[in-house]
Amino acid sequence: MAPNAAASADTFPKLLIRNAQLYGTRPAMRHKDLGVWQTWTWAQVLEIVRAYAVGLNRLGLKRGETIAIVGGNRPKLYWSVMAAQMLGAVPVPVYADAVADELAFVLAHAETRFAAVEDQEQVDKIISVKERLPKLEVMVYDERRGLRDYDHSHLRPMDDVIAEGRKALADPKVAAWLDAEIAAGKGSDPSIILYTSGTTGTSKGVVMSGERSIAAASDTAKFDKLTEKDVALAYLPLAWVGDHYLNYAQSLVVGFCMACPESTDTAMADLREIGPTFFFAPPRTLEQLLTRVMIRMEDAGFLKRKMFHYFIGVARKYGERILNGQSVPLTGRLLYWLGELLVYGPLKNVLGFSRVRVALTAGEAIGPELFAFYRSIGLNLKQFYGQTEAFLFLTAQPDGAIYSDTVGPACPHVDLRISENGEVQFKSPGMFTGYFKDEAKTADVMTPDGYVKTGDAGFFDEKTGHLKIIDRAKDVGRLNDGTLFPPKYIENKLKFFPNIREAVAYGDKRDYVAVMINIDLTAVGSWAERNNVIYGSYQELAGHPLVYDMIEKHVAEMNRSLAADKKLTGAQIKRFLILHKELDADDGEITRTQKVRRGFVAERYAPLIKALYDGSKEADISTEVTFEDGRKGVIKARVKIRDMKTEPAPLEKAA
Amino acid sequence: MRAPGGSDVAVGDVLLSVEDVSLSFGGVNAVSDVSFNIRKGEIRAIIGPNGAGKTSMLNVINGFYQPQQGRITFKGETRSKMRPYEAAHGGIARTFQNVALFRGMTSLDNIMAGRSLKMNKGIFWQLLRYGPAMAEEVEHRARVEEIIDFLKIQEIRRTPVGRLPYGLQKRVELGRALAMEPELLLLDEPMAGMNMEEKEDMSRFVLDVNDHYGTTIALIEHDMGVVMDLSDRVVVLDHGIKIADGTPDEVKNNQAVIDAYLGVAH
Repeated sequence: MAPNAAASADTFPKLLIRNAQLYGTRPAMRHKDLGVWQTWTWAQVLEIVRAYAVGLNRLGLKRGETIAIVGGNRPKLYWSVMAAQMLGAVPVPVYADAVADELAFVLAHAETRFAAVEDQEQVDKIISVKERLPKLEVMVYDERRGLRDYDHSHLRPMDDVIAEGRKALADPKVAAWLDAEIAAGKGSDPSIILYTSGTTGTSKGVVMSGERSIAAASDTAKFDKLTEKDVALAYLPLAWVGDHYLNYAQSLVVGFCMACPESTDTAMADLREIGPTFFFAPPRTLEQLLTRVMIRMEDAGFLKRKMFHYFIGVARKYGERILNGQSVPLTGRLLYWLGELLVYGPLKNVLGFSRVRVALTAGEAIGPELFAFYRSIGLNLKQFYGQTEAFLFLTAQPDGAIYSDTVGPACPHVDLRISENGEVQFKSPGMFTGYFKDEAKTADVMTPDGYVKTGDAGFFDEKTGHLKIIDRAKDVGRLNDGTLFPPKYIENKLKFFPNIREAVAYGDKRDYVAVMINIDLTAVGSWAERNNVIYGSYQELAGHPLVYDMIEKHVAEMNRSLAADKKLTGAQIKRFLILHKELDADDGEITRTQKVRRGFVAERYAPLIKALYDGSKEADISTEVTFEDGRKGVIKARVKIRDMKTEPAPLEKAA
Repeated sequence: MRAPGGSDVAVGDVLLSVEDVSLSFGGVNAVSDVSFNIRKGEIRAIIGPNGAGKTSMLNVINGFYQPQQGRITFKGETRSKMRPYEAAHGGIARTFQNVALFRGMTSLDNIMAGRSLKMNKGIFWQLLRYGPAMAEEVEHRARVEEIIDFLKIQEIRRTPVGRLPYGLQKRVELGRALAMEPELLLLDEPMAGMNMEEKEDMSRFVLDVNDHYGTTIALIEHDMGVVMDLSDRVVVLDHGIKIADGTPDEVKNNQAVIDAYLGVAH
């Protein structure tokens, strides 16, 4: 990549033109369709996006207007983003699995007149809330299927829009007009509005500008040494800042190829076929992958199982040191080399990681064991920390200095500080320009001297200078006796047990810590199979006494580790229960990015919370659940509660 | 928008009609003197209480059973009985009440099996693999991929069918029937044993098949909600006798039907 070539282009459409010139014949995008990977080069993408932009303009889309983008990772939806930006319009991506209500909120708040959607499902969803969207005029859709008989006065297939634009572009005057439109785009114009998933309630529209987005993406692309030869799999939700940053923005900045999976369910198989060189996965996904591998290893033959466990042991001993470039005895190197040949290589191949140069993870704390596992088999997995308001990156772990419990030092050009009350604050190149139509909230998160408050509590590690994040600043509470209570810390530690999928800890302004636990159906189901535990449903398995015994052991182990820490010994878990249903984003219990909404869960399961703290042995609960199509049903259950022994505080304190 | 209930495909001439069909096994009359027809492009439901003769009727239509009496007219040709290969060659495909797939084969291979009638190259070419047989296979694979996309089962393309949950097996079976590009599709309880969500998915697929491929569909179903939503016309059997025939609304309010389902005091 020509150094600083990106610097001259301050908007994404200008970058697209640059890429078409520099890398015209290189692949820009791939998509698996009807079982075959289709490829578009940068030149082809530019041609399509230009035609699409003209087509959208003919439908009435103009500079400064917003257009909703609803659906999965499909080339045409990414092109919708590009085409809108070409016209100076502002794309507003929405999570594909958002329920109608959330969708209505975002579209109404962003005042979109236009929507580019994936298929009939999304069209139906928007139509179901159209009373709340008086401004919405035109919908364009990608997948024609099932939409033939719909009233097409407000509905157009994207292919037709592109074809019309292409026809119009044959006129040199139209082409010149479009060139002028692109040139008129300024770097300071809003380039996209990303609605936060709303861990704390209704979502806010975070406005990004083109120049800031590009500046941030250029910095990190340089940091991770990305080039136009890299390949990424675009499987993260389109509306999440991570996808827009890691895939869309970085791909345009360095010109690498973005591959769209066949469908959300095939992403992991497609990963294997594409063999990306740059890969992001939230800890949860990495954990699910590992759980699957481990379960399959349990079913493998004796010899294979032995070999696997032996070499994983070797990797644990030497793998990370080799990756970090530290000294390792020759026998260690030889054994590791053999392991690579017999176990790690094939394993990485099965997972689709064979070609990965840079693997990133973020979003929540990652278990040290999990993190070490991937690094030990030679995957260069690194953590970073960031948020939507910063256009993602604030800190990132540099090669060679990686610690599982820190998120690395500040990224280039990022100014980080810890406020007096322990909150992390930043100034960064990719900083947002404000919340859409919400001056008050924007002012809320800004300090008078121009820093943004992250709302996260953290500190710089004394030895390494790397940032450590403990919890959301406002979530760190205290028990009635004054003991520090960081709920997220406890939950994350519990979630490191493969059998525990989700945990919600309570304790702020209470006498003791109590926890609600979700079991992991894959792991516990497999355990049940091996131990002849018979169950008919999730609910039955969750309430099984043997499952309770197993979880009790985990909680006891957790208590031991809490007891070892002087500050947290009082925050040991006194009581726990296993929830009868999985926490679900459709019910609003977790966000679309899989973060627990602790307060909401407390309200929803109020009878259980009460029982946790009044000493009862079991409690009845009935909860309303929302099915994927929006219908509602009720689940009733009687949930048991277990008491835990707490461990004594460390000896020196007692003495 | 789709009109609530039934197909939007222009319903045309009679595609298949059965007249005075009777079928008995020894002394048991499974079907007695039943006549009805299926029009091109419609979704036709056959309903009735357990043991009413619904599946027998379907088996008569695709030649699985040979009726002792009566005539079947399919695409203008009248026969006293249909034979399975005549039915298949004539464009009748079906799914079964108990899924009938090759359990050890992948979804893809199972659906490919549905194309076997359309493969013309002889065993010599197929053994050779390269050349015309290869070209033919590629062409058929492309059609099968369209069906896989249509039914949204990409993620189980390579999964052996025996490892799939029941709802997905049903979907693969529908895929295999579709691979025959049938004119008439017979579905024997496509939603049996499914949960609410799976039922809705399947209903949508049935409507989409009808809409997209213009396929005429005859289905047996127990779930009244599904029948009322999907079908254009309903024929009701009870103890092998036709007791009603008409639109869902007509059938719903028919006293004989209500009695058959709820039972009457004798």
